[in-house]
Amino acid sequence: MSQALDEIKIGGLGASRKRVEDNRFLRGKGNYVDDIVLPGMLHMEILRSPLAHARIRSVDASKAWDIPGVRLVLTGEMMATRNLAWMPTLSYDTQAVLATDKVRFQGQEVACVIADDPYIAKDACEAIVVDYEPLPVIVNPTQAMAEGAPLIRDDKENQHDNVVYDWEVGDKAGTDAAFARADRVSSLELHYPRSHPSPLECCGSIADFDRSTSKLTVYMTTQAPHIIRAAVSMVAELPEHMIRIVSPDLGGGFGNKVPVYPGYVASILASILLERPVKWIEDKSGNLISTGFGRDVYLQGELALRNDGKILAVRMHTDADHGAFFSDAQPSKFKIGLMHSAFACYDIPYAHLTARGMYTNKAPGGVAYRCSLRVTEAMYFQERMVQAAADDLGIDQAEFRRLNFVRDDDFPHRTPFGFLTDSGQYGKCLDVGLQAVGYENFLKQKEEAKKRGRLLGIGISTMTEPLGAGNSREYDILGIKMFDSAELRVHMSGKAILRTGAKTQGQGHETTWAQIVSHELGIPAEDIVVEEGDTDTAPFGMGTYASRSTPVAGAAVAMVSRKIRAKARKLAAHLLEVSEEDVEWELGRFYVRSARDRGVTIQECAMAAYSNMPDGMEPGLENNAYYDPPNLTWPFACYIVTVEVDPQTGVWDVLNVVAVDDCGVRINPMIVEGQIMGGLTEAYAMASMQFITFDAEGNCVGSNYMDYLLPTAWETPGFELHEVVTPCPHHPIGAKGVGECATVGGPAAFVNAVMDALKGTGVRNIDMPLLADRVYEALTLRHDVSGAPPVKTDDA
Amino acid sequence: MTTLYEEIRPEPHGGIPVRRVTITVNGEKRVAEVEPRLLLAHLLRQGFKLTGTHTGCDTTNCGACTVLVDGVPAKSCTMLAVQADGHEVMTVEGLASASELHPIQEGFKDEHGLQCGFCTPGMMLTAKALLDENPDPTEDEVRWALSGNLCRCTGYQNIVKSVLWAAAKMRPAAAADQDGS
Ligand code: FES
Ligand code: FES
Repeated sequence: MSQALDEIKIGGLGASRKRVEDNRFLRGKGNYVDDIVLPGMLHMEILRSPLAHARIRSVDASKAWDIPGVRLVLTGEMMATRNLAWMPTLSYDTQAVLATDKVRFQGQEVACVIADDPYIAKDACEAIVVDYEPLPVIVNPTQAMAEGAPLIRDDKENQHDNVVYDWEVGDKAGTDAAFARADRVSSLELHYPRSHPSPLECCGSIADFDRSTSKLTVYMTTQAPHIIRAAVSMVAELPEHMIRIVSPDLGGGFGNKVPVYPGYVASILASILLERPVKWIEDKSGNLISTGFGRDVYLQGELALRNDGKILAVRMHTDADHGAFFSDAQPSKFKIGLMHSAFACYDIPYAHLTARGMYTNKAPGGVAYRCSLRVTEAMYFQERMVQAAADDLGIDQAEFRRLNFVRDDDFPHRTPFGFLTDSGQYGKCLDVGLQAVGYENFLKQKEEAKKRGRLLGIGISTMTEPLGAGNSREYDILGIKMFDSAELRVHMSGKAILRTGAKTQGQGHETTWAQIVSHELGIPAEDIVVEEGDTDTAPFGMGTYASRSTPVAGAAVAMVSRKIRAKARKLAAHLLEVSEEDVEWELGRFYVRSARDRGVTIQECAMAAYSNMPDGMEPGLENNAYYDPPNLTWPFACYIVTVEVDPQTGVWDVLNVVAVDDCGVRINPMIVEGQIMGGLTEAYAMASMQFITFDAEGNCVGSNYMDYLLPTAWETPGFELHEVVTPCPHHPIGAKGVGECATVGGPAAFVNAVMDALKGTGVRNIDMPLLADRVYEALTLRHDVSGAPPVKTDDA
Repeated sequence: MTTLYEEIRPEPHGGIPVRRVTITVNGEKRVAEVEPRLLLAHLLRQGFKLTGTHTGCDTTNCGACTVLVDGVPAKSCTMLAVQADGHEVMTVEGLASASELHPIQEGFKDEHGLQCGFCTPGMMLTAKALLDENPDPTEDEVRWALSGNLCRCTGYQNIVKSVLWAAAKMRPAAAADQDGS
């Protein structure tokens, strides 16, 4: 008599299973790109532009060539002779690999040296003499649009200004009409500053071209190996089957490791020319000044309001600073990503958004930094706007949200911008959060404290966001549809190997994917090995970013497991000598409906697939699944922060952070909570200290960890986590994305808390990060404080 | 390296002088010829193939490269290999025995104190130095001790818990040691 399996014990759905990847990381045996050493490997360094905008008069590399140990110096001119000076971006623009005509941002790649060791390569970079003719510099959209502004992209035919795109979405007429009917209009204007995802590990690659087989293998820090293979095939004009991209362990990604970078391309060309492996490992300043940044959007908008607190319509305009090249990684259909997911959790009949993108003399990027393609800016504006409107109306900020939430029985709900949200318990999440933070009590405390000159504040941020691009109808990158995949091979012993088209960077896929298989098949999680990141073995997928892995690849894992189960059912019927219809399934086991004791385990079915299959059945037990989700998943979150602001200094301390996340069914609660805490920390970082800015000459302020402040264990507050579970109605196991939620929704909670403490001073906005001097300035001079570039530097 | 055969390398580039250093790494005496400008982190990683020591910045801020030099945390990206001559260095590879994890490693696993794992070696070695000095730290003391090490993934809360977990686990042993002395 067999006992039903205990799903938690075998590491199935809902188990806080300890991570398998930790076993190697804890011993220092991870395998990051820089850990890989190939025989005969050479080292590449990049010479970067010190100027933000300048014509290149000449590049003299002769002194570099003279240094013993130097094997190759690549310049833009040499790249151009091979048609490699420019490459396509993931957003239908072009980007310079090595500059030929001009440099367009500080840190742009100008030349590369390949040498016997990295020290020699660095020396040689310093020996290259570049003669620049400085040009006027543009560091923000206003300058870019100004009359007579210098043309940054004079390389492009038909580009006569600095505009990348002009785009709109929504119902303009309906929105205008709603505004005409409004009792009052609340408006807000702010800048979401440029930030850098800054994974601890920088970018890098080892290109290894083997002349004898014509095969190119590239070990690379990439979150999307298959997309990179397609791009490399295009750029290097190599056939796809002769390219193998391997993404080994990644030291974080956060969207920074999605784009194709010049360093990758140069290392590939160098390896082809030298017929030796070439390693390029970026240094931190190179990473911070040249690779994919996030945000840098100017947002303004207004809400049409009824006096009773009902929002009638929303109007938004965004000006995005894309830097010198439009190299966002985003669905091709939506120019400003999913900015129009703003206000999705509120029941608002009309909305209209206009968006403009601008070229400037800053690093290119606009990547989805722990974010689904601009939703971070969208939700930040939404929640800042909602708080401002509540204050304008004199309605309690929690009450104002509740009044406008889409109600639980209103799903599916069409947002005014056209998204379809399908589930949620927004009011319940808010209640859980308010209860946890002790809302009423805090409001009393705040009043008391005020009488004694102390400034307390409470900030709320509630939002639902679209995670898990795509469906293939609407989402593609460079025309490739955004689905994902999984491939499962069950060995005869019932142990298995699973491969997916996603790519973990710390999210723990090796642990969680096995749990999904375990849930579907009853195979203990420890019997399942998970592999990702090698395009020669993994099925085609779009990679991991924008919290899409669980919604898409995770769904594919469930679907492929179900295919395996279907075949195992046939094997079970054969073994049990009954017809398939008489076979029932329980976790890990098939049994005869009429005789529960008579059964076979999934492991026995696996053995039969190799040793005792019925006549005519194809042997083996493996399959794959390509999953095209019917919709995005819509997690909901409520973040509440309390702070105390010191009026003497502008310094603010976090008193409490409460997070309530509804990400549907949690596969591994421990890992989900880890993701949420990591996300909250980035939210706190952006709200308090982390930003990249520029002076008037286009010098990057924040080019290293001394200037680019990241919170340590000392500053980072503690977090209190809560959950509400509304399963996703269309995901096979009811899960939703989660990795980015706290980074998307969190910043507004911190900023709203500080603004709440400043209520009554007439200050409507302080731009992030809320540095003490900005808060102090706002408090004492009672005006808004913007942090947009150009900023003054010490010597200015 | 075998003495049966060895490739004879050409003269070092540009006639740069090299120095011989002897460093005890994880209890084993290692000898190397290094350029004076070679960083300790690079000697450990490339020379001794101990790639558990990571480098995450160029300004001594991130702490991913932290090793213990004579028991004291040091950022090996900011130390020349020649400065370690004659000293004892412990890297993450020296924490576990062949069969058993160090309690700090166990703590990180149990409390989910790591995600991408890039900061983890440095975090654990800094934690070890703390616990060697202060076997019963408060949460604030742990946070302060780790404030030279950046983590971009975890938000620190679980790292702090991991260290406290390890402290609790190690305490009976630490107490016994003290009794014995
Ligand atoms: S590598 Fe960042 S401190 Fe050493
Ligand atoms: S675990 Fe990724 S940086 Fe700490």
